[in-house]
Amino acid sequence: MNKAPAKKLLFISRHAPYGSSLAKDALDAVLASSAYDQQLSLLFMDDGVFQLLSNQSSTEIAQKSFSSILPVLPLYEINSIYVHYESLEKRQITINELVLDSVQIIDSAAICSLLAQQDQLLSF
Amino acid sequence: MIFSLAIYAAPYSSQASDSAYRFALALLENGHTLYRVFFYQDGVHTASSLSTPPQDDIHFTQNWQTLAKKHNIDLVVCIAAALKRGLLNQQEATRYDKPAFNLAEGFEISGLGQLVDAAVMSDRLITFGG
Repeated sequence: MNKAPAKKLLFISRHAPYGSSLAKDALDAVLASSAYDQQLSLLFMDDGVFQLLSNQSSTEIAQKSFSSILPVLPLYEINSIYVHYESLEKRQITINELVLDSVQIIDSAAICSLLAQQDQLLSF
Repeated sequence: MIFSLAIYAAPYSSQASDSAYRFALALLENGHTLYRVFFYQDGVHTASSLSTPPQDDIHFTQNWQTLAKKHNIDLVVCIAAALKRGLLNQQEATRYDKPAFNLAEGFEISGLGQLVDAAVMSDRLITFGG
């Protein structure tokens, strides 16, 4: 890893858990990145918001549950976690169904400025 | 401008794999620099030395090898994604006691840290597939 000033990296996770490996691979990438002293944020939008549902019983399909993986994010000092409000609303998911309680729910307009502040977007 | 590419798409399965290569050609033709190509997810299959397309089809592995040699581009394959899909270099084949290895010349196996490094060291990181 070359020395360079910290950059703002936003990971955008837009796919449902389990159906494809994208959601899991996004998390792996976020967790791996936490070791490199960059300013990391994570945004869940579109079907990606399904990852946040609590009480997922994925053991029946031999997969690790997102509702048990996601709570480790703060332990990796990933505290800037955003969830797209309109994506939740469209899927009739309410805030108290989410497994993380420290997320920031932001609307489309706020996402525009969030994206504009970043140095790089990593899209999953 | 310094670019890096992240390729998630498997070769042949989707257009994204070819678009990534064409994008690389275009940026180099326009005088930009390609710092690294990071292969993740099914994109790791691009690095198989056993890839044998018919003669009238695109040979992605060879195309990237040639381009990387000419422009000194880092071709990095994610180790976690590669190993579980059966893409190994000699070192990993020995470590896991496998009968063969199939990482094509010019590609290297490394960790996700190389994706972060690419994001940090490049002006633009462009994702293909996913």
